[in-house]
Amino acid sequence: MATVTTRTRASTIAGIVALALIAIGLILPAFASRSLIQDLFFILTMLTLAQLWNLIAGFGGMVSVGQQAFVGIGAYAMFGGVILWGWDPVPAILLGGLAAFLLAIPMAFFAFRLAGAYFAIGTWVIAEVTRLLIAQWKTLGGGTGTSLPREATSDIIGVEAIANLFDLRDAAARDVLAYWLALALAVGTMAAIYALLRSRTGLALAAVRDNDNAARSVGVDATRVKWLVFLSAATMTGLVGALIYVQTARISPDAAFSVTTWTAYVIFIAVIGGIGRLEGPILGVLVFWGLQTAFADYGSWYLLALGILAIATMLFAPRGLWGLIHDRWGIALFPVQRRLIFEGAKDG
Amino acid sequence: MIWLDVLVQGILLGGLYALFAAGLSLVFGIMRLVNLAHGDLIIFAAFAILLVTATLGLNPFLAALLAAPLMFAFGWALQRFVLNRVLGKDILPPLLVTFGLSVALQNGMLEVFSADSQRLTAGPLESASIDLGPVTVGTLPLLTFASAVLVIFALNRIFYTTALGRAFRAVSDDPATASLMGINPKSVFAIATGLAMVIVTIAALYLGMRSNFDPSIGPARLLYAFQAVIIGGLGSLWGTLIGGAIIGVAQTVGAQINPEWQILAGHIAFLIVLLIRPRGLFPRAVD
Repeated sequence: MATVTTRTRASTIAGIVALALIAIGLILPAFASRSLIQDLFFILTMLTLAQLWNLIAGFGGMVSVGQQAFVGIGAYAMFGGVILWGWDPVPAILLGGLAAFLLAIPMAFFAFRLAGAYFAIGTWVIAEVTRLLIAQWKTLGGGTGTSLPREATSDIIGVEAIANLFDLRDAAARDVLAYWLALALAVGTMAAIYALLRSRTGLALAAVRDNDNAARSVGVDATRVKWLVFLSAATMTGLVGALIYVQTARISPDAAFSVTTWTAYVIFIAVIGGIGRLEGPILGVLVFWGLQTAFADYGSWYLLALGILAIATMLFAPRGLWGLIHDRWGIALFPVQRRLIFEGAKDG
Repeated sequence: MIWLDVLVQGILLGGLYALFAAGLSLVFGIMRLVNLAHGDLIIFAAFAILLVTATLGLNPFLAALLAAPLMFAFGWALQRFVLNRVLGKDILPPLLVTFGLSVALQNGMLEVFSADSQRLTAGPLESASIDLGPVTVGTLPLLTFASAVLVIFALNRIFYTTALGRAFRAVSDDPATASLMGINPKSVFAIATGLAMVIVTIAALYLGMRSNFDPSIGPARLLYAFQAVIIGGLGSLWGTLIGGAIIGVAQTVGAQINPEWQILAGHIAFLIVLLIRPRGLFPRAVD
């Protein structure tokens, strides 16, 4: 008897550790300081963005440099819901996902027409067009941006309950709420990506990335797989963008559509950690956060160094830090490689 | 009459965009490499020219003449020591390396040259104009357009009549077979990128004389260059000139209607062409 499995002993342990970490993460606000909660919010949202970019570029072979379009449109849709329709900011996050989904349809339509590497610049153009159009929208502050109205941020559902539960001030309770939502999005995104990669669709995605024509020849509907992955990743990116701006509460087109923050940093996290692996961005975001806290005060020197570090990684360790670890010890925490196990092989 | 003027200005502006695009197109045509740092390299070259004019007190044209060989060497080294190592079947590594280079260049220039706007001063040429009957055109825009035509003409001559051009076409078609014929694809690539940087220097010269520049404006130049290439059709240099002119006209027309729409109009013209002619107006290459 033979069975196909992706499970390894390391992955079983990793699964248990992951569940324990999620449990700790959930109860953390009871004893963690406000600044730790804010740091974790940053780490979790950047991690989610990096996982999503990794999904379309690392697993899907579609190198997008236009992720800022989804973050920005998601954030602006949330602001629109709050300012124009008086929604509560938290449910308005869903509008962000919807808006990013709707934007992803024309973006995919145009960018998929561009062969290979030109796809990257195509996504960038659409992001620019979106930014320029949003900057024309005077109700939402035009080019200079706007803030969430005080009455909207003061009575977000759940904030009062959290404030009473942990005996916090409202502002700190809002951070806790945002942190929990970020945790939920990060865990949900990674679980969904992992499930996708282990499914038939994940196999099809890898086949399309490695060789489009060969994949088609064995019956994979390459176009459908690409659309599916691109639209899902865009929707999730929109949700993350909206959530980030619920916490920030202040928006401008230049910040919400910043190619540096939402694409360069995100690519950097995935590249340093390891492209095409779920473990990569996790390691990458920790490295990035460390560098950010230590050196962000150096401004453009810091960005210069990040750029050079990314180049050096691609030259000397193209599969990133996790790639090095994997090569050295063969560990995969979230394996997607299928292995054939022969039961009772020793007897035979 | 004003619309004729807008049209002519747009076409001449397109010459500048064609200059931005020619280097990008050359590199892509030969090695299928999309250089995301292309726009930042243009700004880098503009600062190089500025540095020469400031230290030696030269006219920008002479300064560009001095900067061009330096930029060639820079491009050659960039290709030889960095980009050649990541070229391959997978398009991800070269894209990420050039994206890293873009971020590094922008911030490096910001540190060295500050965020202040700079300009290359060309003296009386800046405001000189020529009366062509119904319209009056600036000498500088006209010179830009003429240079674009000249650069594209020269590139075509190099491609189709010289040994170097034959090597370019050979490695573009099939690097493995070309190397069997005694061509080293990696050194051909290095020469191509060096040549692209010479064109970048010419583009930077006109950019710097026409308008202000600062370290942050590179990515937008990359987008215009890219749009000109795609509208023209991959592999067609004359198509790139027309692509540049279309973007230029769209921008001047947009600006005429509402100054805030200038850039947006260019992008929208690009999307319309992509919608109706996904392979560009004059496609040549099959890939």
